[in-house]
Amino acid sequence: MQNAEPLIFERSSPGRHGYSLPDSDVPALDSEETVPAHWRRESLALPEASELDVVRHFTQLSQRNYSIEHGFYPLGSCTMKYNPKVNDATAGLPGFSFVHPHQPESTIQGALALIHSLSEALMKITGYANCSLQPAAGAHGELCGVLMMRAHHVKQGNPRRKMIIPDSAHGTNPATAAMCGYTAIEVPSSDRGTVDMDALAALLDEDVAGLMLTVPNTLGLFEQDIVEICRMAHEVGALVYCDGANMNALLGTVQPAALGLDVLHLNLHKTFTTPHGGGGPGAGAICVNETLEPYLPVPLVKEEDGVYAWDYDRPDSIGRIHSFYGNFLNQVRAYTYICTLGDEGIKRAGEYAVLNANYLKERLRDAYALRYDRTCMHEVVFAGLKEKAEGVRTLDVAKRMIDYGFHPSTVYFPLIVPEALMIEPTETENKDTLDAFIDALLAIAEEAQTEPEKLKEAPVSAPVRRLDETTAARRPNLRWQPPE
Amino acid sequence: MDYVPHSNEDREAMLRAIGVAGSEDLFHDIPADVRHPHLDLPPGMSEPEVIRHLNALGQQNSNVLETPSFLGAGCYNHFIPSIVNALILRGEFLTSYTPYQPELSQGTLQVMYEFQSMVCLLTGMDVANASMYDEATATAEAVLTACSITRRSKVVVPDTFHPTTLEVLETYAEGRELTLVRVPAFTIDDDGTFHDRWDAVSAAIDDDTACVAVQVPNFFGWVHECQDIAESVHAHGAMFVVSADPVALGILTPPGEYGADIVTGEGHSLALPPGFGGPRLGLYATRKKYLRQMPGRVSGMTKDIDGKRGFVMTLQAREQHIRREKATSNICTNEALAALAFTINVSWLGPAGMRKKAELCLAKSHYAAAQIDALPGFSVTAPGPYIKEFVAHCPAAVSAVNEHLLAHGVLGGYDLGNLRNELGRHMLVCVTELNSRQDIDRLVAALGEIAT
Repeated sequence: MQNAEPLIFERSSPGRHGYSLPDSDVPALDSEETVPAHWRRESLALPEASELDVVRHFTQLSQRNYSIEHGFYPLGSCTMKYNPKVNDATAGLPGFSFVHPHQPESTIQGALALIHSLSEALMKITGYANCSLQPAAGAHGELCGVLMMRAHHVKQGNPRRKMIIPDSAHGTNPATAAMCGYTAIEVPSSDRGTVDMDALAALLDEDVAGLMLTVPNTLGLFEQDIVEICRMAHEVGALVYCDGANMNALLGTVQPAALGLDVLHLNLHKTFTTPHGGGGPGAGAICVNETLEPYLPVPLVKEEDGVYAWDYDRPDSIGRIHSFYGNFLNQVRAYTYICTLGDEGIKRAGEYAVLNANYLKERLRDAYALRYDRTCMHEVVFAGLKEKAEGVRTLDVAKRMIDYGFHPSTVYFPLIVPEALMIEPTETENKDTLDAFIDALLAIAEEAQTEPEKLKEAPVSAPVRRLDETTAARRPNLRWQPPE
Repeated sequence: MDYVPHSNEDREAMLRAIGVAGSEDLFHDIPADVRHPHLDLPPGMSEPEVIRHLNALGQQNSNVLETPSFLGAGCYNHFIPSIVNALILRGEFLTSYTPYQPELSQGTLQVMYEFQSMVCLLTGMDVANASMYDEATATAEAVLTACSITRRSKVVVPDTFHPTTLEVLETYAEGRELTLVRVPAFTIDDDGTFHDRWDAVSAAIDDDTACVAVQVPNFFGWVHECQDIAESVHAHGAMFVVSADPVALGILTPPGEYGADIVTGEGHSLALPPGFGGPRLGLYATRKKYLRQMPGRVSGMTKDIDGKRGFVMTLQAREQHIRREKATSNICTNEALAALAFTINVSWLGPAGMRKKAELCLAKSHYAAAQIDALPGFSVTAPGPYIKEFVAHCPAAVSAVNEHLLAHGVLGGYDLGNLRNELGRHMLVCVTELNSRQDIDRLVAALGEIAT
């Protein structure tokens, strides 16, 4: 993991090649006649490497990454749980991976059945009336959901202008609101870490299209007033969007629809174990109640007498948001996971995710500052070290975790907690792993007092040490350039 | 079966440490009347049971490995070498998160940098991001970006653009209240022949136009001339967005050389099998002067405190987690693993392999077109050069033709009647390096049975 790996372009040598493609079995063409000279490119400076060169290069690069399969990855808000291997095996079946989306319906009954069954399972888990699997990621689901809220208001005669978003929200929420033409209005959090109800009441009026809430919120806390919040919003005709990034906490414990939340996106790549892949492909799902059901993107899958078909006959739909039907192979993975867990397993996942987070919270509370001293859900947020040490910041604590063999937790988010350290263990970690992590964090807190330079110089055991991000942004070097 | 590792002893010890009697006490914030609903899911399955179940579902689908297919229309069956799956399924790539902690993500970050470099080289542009969801959303974001940069709201697109992309564009345009002008850019004769009406696109550009978006090759497979359009676009202070097929760019002039300001594309065909339409891989590249308006993640090369080369996610001040409502887009998770697959495959192909792949498509599609055109009642129509897709006019409805082909074990081309009723006898035929001459001859023989 320590050795630098050159760029694939730097491994290139003229005349080498790795590819293996058949020779043409059809008559040769006069290619000038088929593609005129001005349409033919002159050069293409791609790397030239043997197959073994390519395999070694990417194997070396893989070893410069940390992953769930290396060890504990307690990134808050990211739900880095074990990604079962069986999911990759089923997604790789030729009956899924080599199916073309334009095939006739008679030749894709299995794929349509899978989409239908996964949708039904997600509706049972969340309590909603219908859902679409088309969004390719969580933020894409948000875009889809807020466009549906907008379509509802347009149908009522006025799209409205404002979207209320808590100060603890993910950045995607205000960014999505802006993409949909709404002005993001921030509502502050109370001293309990949840929505300040008086402030909310003052903001709600008939120009508010909706609220975007994360449940449980990004502090890992359940909005205890959620039912009342939804009632207040509905009273002025506003809708409530639920960012479902934290759905893992609620699995089997509560259906978000039952709380009055009108629309919810799920991150199948968090809650339902499809792998993150270093930043995607993700898979979103957007679940809606009866009010928003007419606006779901097309197409949906319908079933009649055991025969499945695409359903485009949805006149109020917001339209399409993806070329086809989202990241289907990740839907296969999520479906495999839900089939594996079943009713009982889904409930246990949520319960143990919360148990693990509360265990970490209790064991770390003497060394790290608890901003909100309440039972947490699937994650816990500390305001850095309890006993502040000269010049030691949360970033230093996080970097030191690397030297103890762990991936750092999320840092400096949510924005309302100073020196935030956000830890999400997930249910797939055993007590020994949690204890080892706790021991490391306690040792780091101790080091902060006695040997703070160990934190400030960390990491010393990673492939690189701290990187110069300022120069990277000021003088961007974003690509390899062919030699002049 | 589940993946919870706790023994009863662990669980009891943890509850004691927390100071509660049972896990029920951890959920008291949730209203009691809706707590612990009945989910009504089926019981869980063991691994052999779940594999049997999924395999049975998969076997209800035909697949393009076993059934010769001439379907394209935005999703392509190109060859993906064995090394791609072997490498992308390595847990180090597969189960890592977005590289927020660069010290532990150098592998992913270097792949992003190499991917960005390849996209720039293929498209002839200065900078590229680390991927978007798919071509449709990449193009939609490109159009939104062009509208932000020019502070205009009129978007001109020819109707030779992929219809699904146009639908996605309309969905994305809704929130920003953009005006989409769809220009009829082709006509059809009584005998079914297509004619290019490309001049109509230039005519639609004016000083309110934010951008013109075109596709190379277009949805029907042929290449429009772009030089004049680019000049007209720039003369009106608008931006030129080109969606290009990266496979075709193995031989075609890169859009950067004919005036593109933003290039998008669908990269799945160089990364992943069709996968029933997803995951896909949106490409996005632009000129240096528009770098700070570019959506999406970017990796940059830098040094660590010891002077060693390293990579970081950079220019994050554009992104939602920093800029919130002022971000260039809401995108965060993209298609990183598909970008890795693309980078591996393009490394394996190299310039010679890229060229060979495109030349094979070219030769085979022209062979197929000539054979079909020679059948009585069939004609092939392509008003410009094409690489792998062309339109065949059939003597009967494509829906009926495709049923006949399916009975002969062939997946026929895309029925353009889905697009417009008057195109019900036009089939969009796609031929790639994976269609053998034997497959093509089988298609032609089956079509011959319905020739008039």
